[in-house]
Amino acid sequence: MITYEFLQQYWWFIMSLLGGLLVFLLFVQGGQSMLGSLARQEDEKRLLVNALGRKWEYTFTTLVTFGGAFFASFPLFYSTSFGGAYWAWMILLFCFVLQAVSYEFQSKPGNIFGPGVYRAFLFLNGVLGTFLLGVLVATFFTGSEFTVGKGNIAGLGSSGFVISQWQNPLHGLESLANLRNLCLGFAVLFLARTLASLYFVNRLRHEVLEKRSRKFVLYNGVPFLLFFLVFLIWTLLAEGYAVDPVTKVVSLEEKKYLHNFVEMPWVMAFFILGVVAVLYGIFKTAFNQRFKKGIWFAGAGTVVTVTMLLLVAGLNNTAYYPSSIDLQSSLTLENSSSSEFTLTAMSVVSLFVPFIIAYIFYAWGALEKKKLGMEELDSDGHAY
Amino acid sequence: MDLLSISAVNWARGQFALTAGYHWIFVPLTIGLALIMAIMESIYVKTGDEKWKQTTRFWQKIFGINFAIGIATGIILEFQFGTNWSNYSWFVGDIFGAPLAIEGIIAFFLEATFVTIMFFGWNRVSKKAHLLSTWLVFTGATLSAFWILVANAWMQYPIGMEFNPDTVRNEMVDFWAVTLSPVAYNKFLHAVFSCWAVGASFVAGVSGWYLLKKRHAEFAIQSIKIASLVGLVGFVMLAVTGDGSAYQVAQKQPMKLAAMEGLYEGKEGAGLVAFGVLNPAKKEYNDDVNPYIAKVEIPKLLSLLGYRNLNAFVPGVKDIIEGGYTLPDGTTALSFEERKVRGEKAIQALANYQMAMKDGREADAAEHEAILRENYAHFGYGYLETGADLIPHVPITFYSFHLMVIIGMFFILFFLVVLYYLYKKRMSNTRWLQYVALWSIPLSFLASQLGWIVAEVGRQPWTIQDIMPVEVSASAVSAGNIITSFILFTLVFTGLLIAEATIMVKQIKKGPESLPPADHTGQ
Repeated sequence: MITYEFLQQYWWFIMSLLGGLLVFLLFVQGGQSMLGSLARQEDEKRLLVNALGRKWEYTFTTLVTFGGAFFASFPLFYSTSFGGAYWAWMILLFCFVLQAVSYEFQSKPGNIFGPGVYRAFLFLNGVLGTFLLGVLVATFFTGSEFTVGKGNIAGLGSSGFVISQWQNPLHGLESLANLRNLCLGFAVLFLARTLASLYFVNRLRHEVLEKRSRKFVLYNGVPFLLFFLVFLIWTLLAEGYAVDPVTKVVSLEEKKYLHNFVEMPWVMAFFILGVVAVLYGIFKTAFNQRFKKGIWFAGAGTVVTVTMLLLVAGLNNTAYYPSSIDLQSSLTLENSSSSEFTLTAMSVVSLFVPFIIAYIFYAWGALEKKKLGMEELDSDGHAY
Repeated sequence: MDLLSISAVNWARGQFALTAGYHWIFVPLTIGLALIMAIMESIYVKTGDEKWKQTTRFWQKIFGINFAIGIATGIILEFQFGTNWSNYSWFVGDIFGAPLAIEGIIAFFLEATFVTIMFFGWNRVSKKAHLLSTWLVFTGATLSAFWILVANAWMQYPIGMEFNPDTVRNEMVDFWAVTLSPVAYNKFLHAVFSCWAVGASFVAGVSGWYLLKKRHAEFAIQSIKIASLVGLVGFVMLAVTGDGSAYQVAQKQPMKLAAMEGLYEGKEGAGLVAFGVLNPAKKEYNDDVNPYIAKVEIPKLLSLLGYRNLNAFVPGVKDIIEGGYTLPDGTTALSFEERKVRGEKAIQALANYQMAMKDGREADAAEHEAILRENYAHFGYGYLETGADLIPHVPITFYSFHLMVIIGMFFILFFLVVLYYLYKKRMSNTRWLQYVALWSIPLSFLASQLGWIVAEVGRQPWTIQDIMPVEVSASAVSAGNIITSFILFTLVFTGLLIAEATIMVKQIKKGPESLPPADHTGQ
């Protein structure tokens, strides 16, 4: 029986999965942040740019779809977070605006600013795009400063008609002052760089870059692991935002997220499996010079790990977007979702997803039959 | 509302208009060029003529430059409904979010996936797979236009929903009514044909330049042939779908129609202003000053276009505010004041309902809900103050509409002439026509922007027609923050636009022969 509650959880799963895919695809941003350090010569840089430039649109499209799907499934999150954490999102989006033109424009004559500026844009997107996304996702666990009053629009509020009101004048930038948020921000940044290194090992036909990428897997994998573990252990031991299933009252519960893992053992099992896959991909690539498939393990592991982490944030009677200043304003799957009708209609649309994944695999495969080396840049007919 | 927040609303509105306006410079060219490239590549695959391949690849190069900046300006829009219009996002997100999500899931991935094959796949997939990819890029871009126009049309003609006083929002009850509303498909067709038109005029203009410079004549003639056919179909269909759109506007947004025509006093058998100059001395809708300094009118045409009846009554601005005329369904139109009273009643009933539910007074709540439902069609009027609040900016709407129509008519004539000269094989040595082709490029972009100005300025003050005015839609973000991001957007988008334009000009100057070789040896 498909109940309203089931649909809300189904859509939270879809959003979590999209989040997982997005974090995996941030390897493009990770690679962009290493153009200056991994590549030493101009032709090496060009090869890296082109290897990433064939994938950036997937990351971009996933981010856009993430926004649209959140709007359709949990509109109160869309309205509260985007309209409230205004600057955190705006800066993130600006980075992506700059990225979108940088591949195509950087080596074209007449681009006004010169290739250096476009590569700086790519770097900016690589660092800020990953870091800020990590920080914003961390607030799903640490909370933000907002209030929600649905009656405001009918004049029941004390400060105007707006339903969701951010109470911190920094509009999202205050989340940078929380150490736990920063930990996840850095974890995502280093994860993206690790995944990029693994991707280069897999994709490039270029000995020097491949060798260097293997070293970068370790240089970035270890800090990732450190930041991630600190965030994880801290979150598991910290208070979490629990929702009473009967009264719907939100309260702080000690070790809530740890309880969620324990009470949803299948989530824990997949989470551990995901983490193990990421670690296997990292260490096997770093220490086995002939192993090139690390990206597949670490990539799939990333998708699973992030998906499970987001499930822990929202399932099992948990407020997924908590308000730290007014617990009862916290967003839960129940109080923030679309109607049963819309979720049902959107669920039908979600049946297209396997079809979409299938054609992406086809396209990815068609373009990746051959590894990418310097010769292909000139013979493929389109290069950055 | 205090002055500061009104200023914030206007900045939010300006910022949204700026980003949407920039985005719409690139979208029509993306869709139009995609179609033209797909036709050219189809000819190449069918004939095996390498020259068509070269032609296709040149336009693909131009497409790539434009595509990148189209994406760059588009991402902001996906999130801006939340950043700028947070109240709106909750109040109607249950309906409005769905087409946006579907656009992402169904259209964007299709476009993004196959565009990489189109760019990089010349050597890596078969000819036919490559051709299919190009057509799928066109399909993806068109589908994306469809879903975003479904969303936009719903704001202009809200349908298929019901207000839920518990969640304080409108909820979808009929997906197909939203998706297939007559406003939606008219808007979609009108917008998509405008893309064909812009793409065609661009290709024709650039080809005209090559002919003027006596370079790549064969390539230019090939390109202008396809462009003229696409352009003629595009512009003729724009006229047809424009008529459909005007009919819908007359039925659903009479105030917009009145503003488009500068019609203050309604009349039966109203004429369509073919050309007119508005009177700047007209300050109030009811000040008896003649709204025109001069006008040329086609008798009875407005009644015919708006109501399919030569003698139908077309209400003017004053009629819509003061009410009292007979609506097409036979009922009498309410005045603004009457609707305002009902809107206030609905808002108060919602507040009472919420309080009653909170206190557990269910019988009271049911009474308030009944009052709310009875008056809900006027909900948004409760937030407005005077009848004048209902009037969009008449000169902007009026001139935008008329200029757009004039440009559209010019292009129909232009493409007919070009096709005639192509048929007579005189295109390559008719310099005046080559000049006209070149200098017409900005006109098509202008017309395309004007169309959106008519649609969006003309529907003010509403975000959701009759239900939600712009002032109530905004986020609680202060004017200072929005001004900062407005300036950032302006600088970044303008910088990128200049870069795009110079890159394109350089690429065009280099010409089609500068492309690196690419063949199908990979398969």
